[in-house]
Amino acid sequence: MPKADKLQGSLDLLVLKILSRRPGLHGYAIISAIQDASGEVLRAEEGSLYPALHRMEETGWIRAKWVTKDTGRRARIYELTAAGKKQLASEESRWQAVTSAVNRILRTV
Amino acid sequence: MSLLSRMLNAFRGERLIREIDEELSAHIDDAIGQGRDSSEARQAFGSPLRQREASHDARVVAWVDSLRADAVFGWRQLNKRKATSAAAILALGLAIGACTAAFRIVDALFLRPLPVANPDGLYGVSLGESLRNFTYDEFRQMRAEQGQAELIAVSGAPALDVTYGSDQDNEQAHGQFVSGWMFGSFGLHPALGRLFTEFDDLKPGAHPVAVLSYDYWTRRFARDPKVIGRTVRMGPDWRIGTSSKAFEIVGVGPEGFSGTETGVPIDIFLPTMMQAMVEAPYAGIFRIFVHLPPGAAIEPVRDRLLAALRASSADLSKAPRTLVTESAAAGASNFRTDYRRALAALDVLVALVLLIACANVANLMTAQAAARSPEMALRVSIGAGQSRLVQLVLVESAMLAVAAVALGSLFAWWSGPFVVSRINPPDNPVRLILSTDWRVIAFSLALALGVTILMGLAPALHASRSQPFGALKRGASRRLMDVLIAAQVAFCFLVLFGAGLFVSTFDRLSHQGTGISAARVLNLNVTTLKPDEPAVFWDQVAEHLRQVPGVESVGFADWPILDGNGYKTTDISINGAPPSDVTAWVENISSGWIDTLKIPLLAGRDFRPSESRGAVIVNEEFAQAFFNGENPVGKTFEATWAALKGQRMEIVGLVRNARYRYLKQDMLPVVYTNFRDGKGLMQNSGTFGVRTTATNPLSLAALLRQEVARANPEFRVSTLHTQQELIDAQTIRERLLAMLALFFAVVALLLAGIGLYGVLDYSVFQRRREIGIRMAIGAQASEIARRVACESLVWVIAGAAVGLALGLSLARFIESLLYGVKATDLSALTAPALALIATAILAVLPPVIRAIRIDPVRVLRSE
Repeated sequence: MPKADKLQGSLDLLVLKILSRRPGLHGYAIISAIQDASGEVLRAEEGSLYPALHRMEETGWIRAKWVTKDTGRRARIYELTAAGKKQLASEESRWQAVTSAVNRILRTV
Repeated sequence: MSLLSRMLNAFRGERLIREIDEELSAHIDDAIGQGRDSSEARQAFGSPLRQREASHDARVVAWVDSLRADAVFGWRQLNKRKATSAAAILALGLAIGACTAAFRIVDALFLRPLPVANPDGLYGVSLGESLRNFTYDEFRQMRAEQGQAELIAVSGAPALDVTYGSDQDNEQAHGQFVSGWMFGSFGLHPALGRLFTEFDDLKPGAHPVAVLSYDYWTRRFARDPKVIGRTVRMGPDWRIGTSSKAFEIVGVGPEGFSGTETGVPIDIFLPTMMQAMVEAPYAGIFRIFVHLPPGAAIEPVRDRLLAALRASSADLSKAPRTLVTESAAAGASNFRTDYRRALAALDVLVALVLLIACANVANLMTAQAAARSPEMALRVSIGAGQSRLVQLVLVESAMLAVAAVALGSLFAWWSGPFVVSRINPPDNPVRLILSTDWRVIAFSLALALGVTILMGLAPALHASRSQPFGALKRGASRRLMDVLIAAQVAFCFLVLFGAGLFVSTFDRLSHQGTGISAARVLNLNVTTLKPDEPAVFWDQVAEHLRQVPGVESVGFADWPILDGNGYKTTDISINGAPPSDVTAWVENISSGWIDTLKIPLLAGRDFRPSESRGAVIVNEEFAQAFFNGENPVGKTFEATWAALKGQRMEIVGLVRNARYRYLKQDMLPVVYTNFRDGKGLMQNSGTFGVRTTATNPLSLAALLRQEVARANPEFRVSTLHTQQELIDAQTIRERLLAMLALFFAVVALLLAGIGLYGVLDYSVFQRRREIGIRMAIGAQASEIARRVACESLVWVIAGAAVGLALGLSLARFIESLLYGVKATDLSALTAPALALIATAILAVLPPVIRAIRIDPVRVLRSE
């Protein structure tokens, strides 16, 4: 089973969280950050990151701008909006609720 | 926000995709920059095309995007065929404009509710068939039984002589006598001062107060607040009284309310009790409204009112049997009643023209859709769904429709007021407030939608049935196009048929013999400051006018002939015989009047300056009705009317028949009485008929006005019309109908012709190969022509037959608008038929010629 599957439904949460800590990352940096922070355990399917980013941008959780990197190439960097912060909080608490419920089942059964 | 930006993104097309691509490729570059293997990085990334599509979908509302693409494509299509598109837009725009203009008039006349409380509870009460209005006494009887409802009386809305200074500064304003409680019942509040209450309407003649309408206050006084307390002097007039009366202006009505008389905005409101004839037992001068409280039903109120009316009637056999109540939510007026049917007929014509235009454009688009069938087939084969193809064609139609609606709105904006301004009897111009309210906007939108569907659906469905492998099959759309042609012809026939009837009605009326010579005759309507000025004063004024250079002859009468006024009498008995039940009509004239109007004298003589009392002149119809057509000169009878009642009248002259009140009326038996015997009918007014030597009698108008005042300062010219104006005023409705119907007929014919031409031209183009083969194997040109023309002509004839049947069955709805023509007349049917056939031949000719000229060699080689 590919590792990416574990991210099902939690990609938004991870992206929002990463961006809340480190605003101004571009797509590849977000992928790397997820990988690093999870100790190489989680790995987002690289291609599917972009539709997700664009969807969240259109929903208004994150905003994007083009910057020119030292190499002279342009990069599209993302940061959280106020709505994104709210969304992050609610996704986080939802995740906590789900994982603690799952943990309870694992403990008791 | 997000939806909006996603919609906007649909219009950033190329740029958006470039940005997505740039971001995706930057990712790969980064990966490689991090030292990853290039092919590994690409594999991990997945298909960039798929990511791009997914991103694009995330960033753009799909349907907006597809609409945008269709619109761009449609625009290119329309642009490519500029002439066709322009013709389609013009045809549709004209038809839509006519529709919108007609709707605006209908809206102003019949739909837009009065700005009063609970307009839906407002009903007009009438005596059904009888055109008579109510006397105040009848109103009072009914009001006693009004119960929960409120009964309101209003008079007509005549133009009255008013002055705010000396009597010389005469002007005219529309005054209406209304029940004092009308404003209260309507829930209206004054813009200034106060409105009437029931205490302003208690005793006849006791309440000299006036309320101005907001519109009049704005127009005449530029909203001067100091108008309150000023005096307006009105009359003398039979409505105001035998001498002029002063009214104190107590208030200004609310903005937007100008009375209940649709088509005649009221300037000055007066209490009913100030109407000079309010107590006259025979003066049926009041229109009655019932204003119900919200939720109440009209039927029980109507029954109660009828019972009250019948109970108060002295003679039950002559009492009204029915009362008709009709919603007056949008007001009530004679104008509304007069024009209801005419407007309905026009609306039908307009709608038919719109249908023709739609069918026409549908045909054009079908032809084009057929020409585009390879394109459609290609679209299907690369995966376009049916709904997508329907959308493609409908978007194109909608673009046409929107352009046409825009054009049509411009046309309607100009033509609506133009049509209303045509309805313009002297002194009484119709003023309709043609505002653009939500109803008009909704109508335009509905029209655009309807037109899009009507003209676009057929070609759209045709396109959606495209089969990739069927692109080679041809001619499937022919049947649809033929049916549309038949429909166009049927509608066109209807329009032509109706137009023909209206035009010949107007023609009959305008050539109707009047029995007088109206040319160069000017009527000066005069009011006198004192009632019943002795005839000798009138004679002096007439004598003075005869001396004015440019005047040929002068006579005077109570009112001008053919101005709609009339006075009738019954029960005339000849030589003591039982009273006849023939109605005779009376006109009070001076010597010289018959001569001025050039009514031929058949026997006897005109009145002499020194005529003994009781002399009369009668017309042929009178002699026919009462003396069996014998020469009545020298015979006598007893008068039955007004002041002369019981007087023995001696007939001194017999004149030829002349129309009396209305152009449409038959010749009536008329007694011309001598002005010297007293007025009695019109105490304060009369009319000098002046025949001038100038071709345009109005050139003497200003001079004659002065001369009347110089001859006798108590005499005052209030209004002034040529006799021809009065006659023309009687055919305004007919002229309007004829003019507009003719215009629509020309448009319809033009559209139908273009439609037929388009279809045939297309069919010749489509069948050029078949025709080429036929020619190559020896077909004659006449054979080809017959083949090409006949197929469509069959449909034309079928359409005409349907139109004829429809026309005959619908004709009875417009019978009341016709005069002297019958829908079933052969001439009424042949004219449209001939016009259609001529148009069809003209339309068919060019394609047929093109078919004959086809060069078989070239056609066959090109395929």
